[in-house]
Amino acid sequence: MSEIARPQRPENVYFFGTCVIDLFYPGAGLAGMELLKRQGLRVVFPADQSCCGQPARNSGYLDEARAVALRQIETFPNDWPIVVPSGSCAGMMKTHYPDLFEGRPEHARAKAFSARVYELTDFLVNVLEIKLEDKGEPVRVTWHGSCHSMREMGVVDQPKSLLRQLSNVTLVENPREKECCGFGGTFAVRQPEISAAMVTDKVAAIEETGASQVLSGDCGCLMNINGAMDKAKKGIAGRHIAEFLLERTTTGGAK
Amino acid sequence: MSEAARSRILGRLRAAPRTAAPALPEWQAPIYDPAERVERFCSVLEGSHAEIYRVTLADWPYRLRTILEERGTASVMFAPNTEGGRRLVSAWGDIGPKLVPYDKTVEELKDTLVHGVESGFTTTRGGIAETGTLVLWPDSDEPRLLSLLPPLHIALVRAADIADNLPGLIRAQGWAQSMPTNAVLISGPSKTADIEQTLAYGVHGPKELIVLVIED
Amino acid sequence: MSDFTKRAPIALNDPTLRRNFRRAMDGLMVKRAAQFADPQAWAALRERGAMVKARAVARLPELLEQLEAKCTANGIQVHWAESTAEANSIVLDILQKAGAKKVIKGKSMVSEEMELNHFLDGHGIKAVESDLGEYIIQLAHEAPSHIVMPCIHKNKGEIAQLFADNIDGLGYTEDVDALTAAARRALRDEFATADAGISGVNVAVAETGTLVLVENEGNGRLSTTLPPLHIALMGIEKLAETLDDVPPLLALLPRSATGQPITTYVNMITSPRKPGEKDGPEAVHLVLLDSGRSRVYDDPELRDTLRCIRCGACMNHCPVYSRVGGHTYKFVYPGPIGKILTPQLEGLDCAGDQPHASTLCNACVEVCPVKIPIADLLVRLRTESVHPGGSVAVKGAGSRRSWHETLSWRGWAFMYAHPKVYGLATRLMARLGNLIPENAPMMRQWTKIRTKPKFAGKTLHELAREKGFDHE
Repeated sequence: MSEIARPQRPENVYFFGTCVIDLFYPGAGLAGMELLKRQGLRVVFPADQSCCGQPARNSGYLDEARAVALRQIETFPNDWPIVVPSGSCAGMMKTHYPDLFEGRPEHARAKAFSARVYELTDFLVNVLEIKLEDKGEPVRVTWHGSCHSMREMGVVDQPKSLLRQLSNVTLVENPREKECCGFGGTFAVRQPEISAAMVTDKVAAIEETGASQVLSGDCGCLMNINGAMDKAKKGIAGRHIAEFLLERTTTGGAK
Repeated sequence: MSEAARSRILGRLRAAPRTAAPALPEWQAPIYDPAERVERFCSVLEGSHAEIYRVTLADWPYRLRTILEERGTASVMFAPNTEGGRRLVSAWGDIGPKLVPYDKTVEELKDTLVHGVESGFTTTRGGIAETGTLVLWPDSDEPRLLSLLPPLHIALVRAADIADNLPGLIRAQGWAQSMPTNAVLISGPSKTADIEQTLAYGVHGPKELIVLVIED
Repeated sequence: MSDFTKRAPIALNDPTLRRNFRRAMDGLMVKRAAQFADPQAWAALRERGAMVKARAVARLPELLEQLEAKCTANGIQVHWAESTAEANSIVLDILQKAGAKKVIKGKSMVSEEMELNHFLDGHGIKAVESDLGEYIIQLAHEAPSHIVMPCIHKNKGEIAQLFADNIDGLGYTEDVDALTAAARRALRDEFATADAGISGVNVAVAETGTLVLVENEGNGRLSTTLPPLHIALMGIEKLAETLDDVPPLLALLPRSATGQPITTYVNMITSPRKPGEKDGPEAVHLVLLDSGRSRVYDDPELRDTLRCIRCGACMNHCPVYSRVGGHTYKFVYPGPIGKILTPQLEGLDCAGDQPHASTLCNACVEVCPVKIPIADLLVRLRTESVHPGGSVAVKGAGSRRSWHETLSWRGWAFMYAHPKVYGLATRLMARLGNLIPENAPMMRQWTKIRTKPKFAGKTLHELAREKGFDHE
């Protein structure tokens, strides 16, 4: 949560792509970077970045998480904001990096690093105060909240406020928006039946809204929800909000 | 026997690393405009399925008799050695529901209490506006079961004794100095929602609660 | 496969149970939210309640001594039990000395830990549950599935059948008032003829030696007033320092549990019947149960678990609990609190799968009235389960360590901490990953109800370079 006073508009920002986006949804990463670039920022994508380390931490392998976390800390050395297109990864870096290094020599660096981390939609709304102009055709969409986004990064209304700026987009409220989709990283594999029940319920709730697309700020959730919707042939597309926003604000859609 | 357990348990707790006891942050329970306090008390209690009657010091025993006669309540168990109990006796005389004194131990009166009386009458030490709560302070004169066993509980409370909230009442009445055998906060008739979350009244405690609020 | 994973499908595949829980949890969440509609008021109250319990935990040994001294001075006899077996012996001893043959019980989760009813039954003493929910599951010979609403998994029809089968003269009826009246009649005489009443304790106040019990039905008051003997059972952590600490806890507990601003009755017991008093038990006993709690206390991070006031809000909001119900957790405490408490009390070797039965969604963290950092403690316990000797406080630490998982994470860390290795591996995966068959290990759990994730062909690293984004 960006509790510090609204910072000055920076000239340079770092972009942390996340490992899920790297392998499965690079378009979402590019869209995020393009959105920032169009606001006049110089967007820097350090080549040495990889993963926030969350999977190891969540499995109880803290040394391994620390090794990977340290690499990320070293890879974003300048005092620029680090914008992350995932509340889950941002949450890991912002709320857990300091604990990971509690009582260790790297603690001060970890704290300084985590203070610069922003979730993408929060950055667009609260730092850049972005104004969006809708150039697309009418569409009905609904939103999936993403647990860590909401509860670790305080990202609840920011993405929806961006969607509300788009005049041809009807945002249909989903009463189950805040319920976990059942991904939970390794949970989907460790507790497959419970995960299946959760994503099935999530898909049913999305379908009930009558939306043709479900948007989210987290590609882990999207991979889970899209996989289930595809298998059940629901005909609903799950997209990252960055891709959606770029497409809507680009004449002829983004390519 | 439990001496050994005691010293081992305390020993382990004391051997553990000490953490500082944090300070208690500020917290204020809701307070109300004095003009609204009694109103709030009454409306919350009513919302909890109790029946409220606004009465005066002079007329309450007569009001109560009328209320009970209209309901067909035939008997009232009460504590004769309380101000309220004495008022009932002197005001009702032989008219009205049968007054049954709780003047022996429960062992001697059990049958009456469990099966034989239709209502129990108690005084109160005060009330709480925030949650619509009566504060009962049973003692040797006014026993605990009066407000519990009979299917109807009638409680007498003075508007002047109604506080905004519980922490305020605890402090104002100095509870920490002396707690009775059993103090009870009552906020409505007995209820349950265990069967499919459907509300039902009178599971074990009184099914009905009548509260007389003395306004003067 | 873990115990939890094996049991979960029983509930998941039971549509009645799923429906009952979904409806019940949704209702409880809405009711709770209505009580805490003002975010500032919630934050201030919660902070106060959390610090009240944090103080009680920090000062536990001296507060226990103060409680004991006050209770004793007031005539309450205090006993200490390290284990549930000891606690059972103590209770049996008290009952036998009093010649008690029948006991009426108010709700007590500690008595569930002790399996008290079963124990007493083995010694010829009958224990009758008086809380309506507990009474219902006692008829059904089941364990409670929720710590506040024990029969939440049962619907009206099931309850109506149980009553019809067990209560003389009662035909089948689904009318809730009729069912309630039948329970009242059936239990009235039990209250009047019981030799002893056994209850739990919601909060014990060290300052005054007062036992505070909350309830809606009145059975708690009856069990602790009518019989000549009252035994109160309590975990050693259920304390508060002063009487002033009771109001914030009272403001939090019923609202968090069932969305009520206050329970119908708040019963505050400080002594047995005094000379001149006409009712109340002649003897009151308090049994303080440790059963692993002092071991939890050993660890300054894990001891936050002991703040719990047993409101049940965590499980009401848990997407896992609401789908698998309480019985899947097997042990006494289900839901998120169960997932952190059970492994600590029973050991990670018996219950080490519980901390993994969570997506770390943090819904529980958001609603816990005493701010237990449940998600952090789940991760802490996961860590303990794969690292022996990390903390002596946790029984069974390291019991889930496996060489292949350890090696996998070491390999993972190597790859992700070395950019060139990462780069090469991801470029390969992006191109070849879609060749992984649907039924490959790990992939097959995923593909049961989902299509395979689609590897992108090119990584973001590559595309960012192609698009000309700077890398420093």
